[in-house]
Formats: sequence, structure tokens, C-alpha cells
Amino acid sequence: MRILLVLFLISVFFITGCQTIPKDALSLSPEARVLAQRQLQTRKYQTPDEAKILAACAGLLQDMGFNIDESETKLGVISSSKTRSANNAGQILVALLTGLPAEREQRMRACVVTRPVGENGEYVAVRVTFQRIVWDIEGNVTRSESLTDPKIYIEFFDKLSKAVFLEAQEL
Amino acid sequence: MRQIVLVLIIFLLVFLGCATTQERLLDSDASQLQLRSIQTRAFDTKDKVKTLRTVIATLQDLGFVIDKADSILGIVSATKLENYILRITVTVRPRGETQLLIRANAQYNVEPIKNPELYQQFFTSLEKAMFLTAHHAD
Repeated sequence: MRILLVLFLISVFFITGCQTIPKDALSLSPEARVLAQRQLQTRKYQTPDEAKILAACAGLLQDMGFNIDESETKLGVISSSKTRSANNAGQILVALLTGLPAEREQRMRACVVTRPVGENGEYVAVRVTFQRIVWDIEGNVTRSESLTDPKIYIEFFDKLSKAVFLEAQEL
Repeated sequence: MRQIVLVLIIFLLVFLGCATTQERLLDSDASQLQLRSIQTRAFDTKDKVKTLRTVIATLQDLGFVIDKADSILGIVSATKLENYILRITVTVRPRGETQLLIRANAQYNVEPIKNPELYQQFFTSLEKAMFLTAHHAD
């Protein structure tokens, strides 16, 4: 009984005191991983016209149903988001089997950053990143994650290439 | 005995659990001067836009998605989702004739980050991308 109490007190301390922040939250992953990630998320286009590429990205995000939240041409940044259902057949099955609440909706965010690259800035590099938060039917967050499936990025850049009539090149 | 324990538990819950709204809003429990020095570094460059672009690229390498950026105010905000929510705001402003001051403040889920080590890691990542050394600001 006493041991239980002590355990309880210790857990109260821990839960109300502080959460531990992952040590690597603000440090770079190993070089190879950072590089692989960067390559996956980046393509460069042979044009000096950064604003044109940025405008094409804004158009593409709209095509994909995103609403633009913020943009800053001078820094080459567009951020956008959309809310979609998180329901699918698999989800419902999992919910039925486990008794856990089904996932209901997800907020998906996309951010495009452009920057001039090359000796004389003859290329524009485009880096896109996606992330999402998923809520269940009770309104609890069930997932918050970066989306890293390579297929997502390949499709995005395929579409962007068509929009700007330029061939995407790997970094 | 049992009563004392009960009182102790309630005491713990009340006092460890909550601060007043004012304290939460203004974070007035922290030593703000000390925090500022932990969160700030000086870099030997005058190019604000290039520095902001480097900050943005570094945040992307760290797995952040950019929320907003403003070149005139020199502000970048970003969010990282990795089963936790990490929000960071980085400001860049001139200091004297030759330097820029970069300050970052971050929150992890619902807690402000006060650990100097984490900010140091951020500035170490930034140094690599800037090809410049970060100086302590004071």
C-alpha cells in the first residue's frame, strides 16, 4: 500500500512537473539522412525568375485544394493548409477491431520555399514539405507527423514541371 | 497518516499543476534576461535577407514546416510535427554596423523550451549553413 502511494506521488511529480523534450529535436540528423530528405523534397528549375516559380507553386497548391495561409515573395515562402476527412475503410475496420475511436479529420499543411541557386543564380531551387495532424471523433490528436512518402514529392514535382513548362532537375 | 498523505497529494496537484493565467501569459516566472541570452547569438554579416533564407533552409533541414516569414520585420515561424508539436520563431535584426542578432524561441507541446543545450544545437546547425561563427551576444 505504502509503495503504491510512493509510486503515485512520484508519477504525480513527473506528470505535472515537466515533459522531457527529445534531445535531437533541434539538432540535425546524420548528414546522409538530412541530404536524402533534402534531395527528396527539392528540385531545381533552370530560370532566374524566382517569382514566376513561386506563383506557379501557389497555383499548384490551389489545384491540390490547399488554401494559402501566408506568403512572402522576398524570402520565397508560401505556406498553405487544408482540412480533410481522415476516414477510410481501413480506419473504420481498425476502430471496430480495437474499440479505439476512429480518426475523423486531418489538417494537412504544405510549405514551398524557393531560392536562387547556381553560380549566377541561373537556377531556382524549390523545396516543398508536407505535414499533418489527425484528430479522432472525440477531438483528440491521434497523429502529428511529417509526410515523407517519396511518391508524394514525385507527384508534386511532376505537376510543377508541367505548370512551368520546365524540366525538374535533381539537386 | 492517511489524511496527511491525502493533503500532500492535493497540495502537489495544486502547486505543481498550475500557475496563474498571468504567469502563463507573460511567462513572468522565468528570468527573462537569462533566457534572452540563451536564445540569442550574433553573426558577422549585414545581409538580412540572405540570413533569413539560410534560417528557413536550416529549419527545413531540421524537419520544420514554415508557417510564416516576413523580410521587413525579419521574422520566421515554423512548426515541427513528430508525434510532438514544436513551434519556433526566429527573429533577425541588425546590431551595430557589422552584425546581425538572431534570436530563437521555441515551445514543445505546451511548454516553453528553456534548456540552453537545445538552443545551442539550433545555433550549431545554423552556423554550418551560414558558414559563420555564432557569437554570444553579451
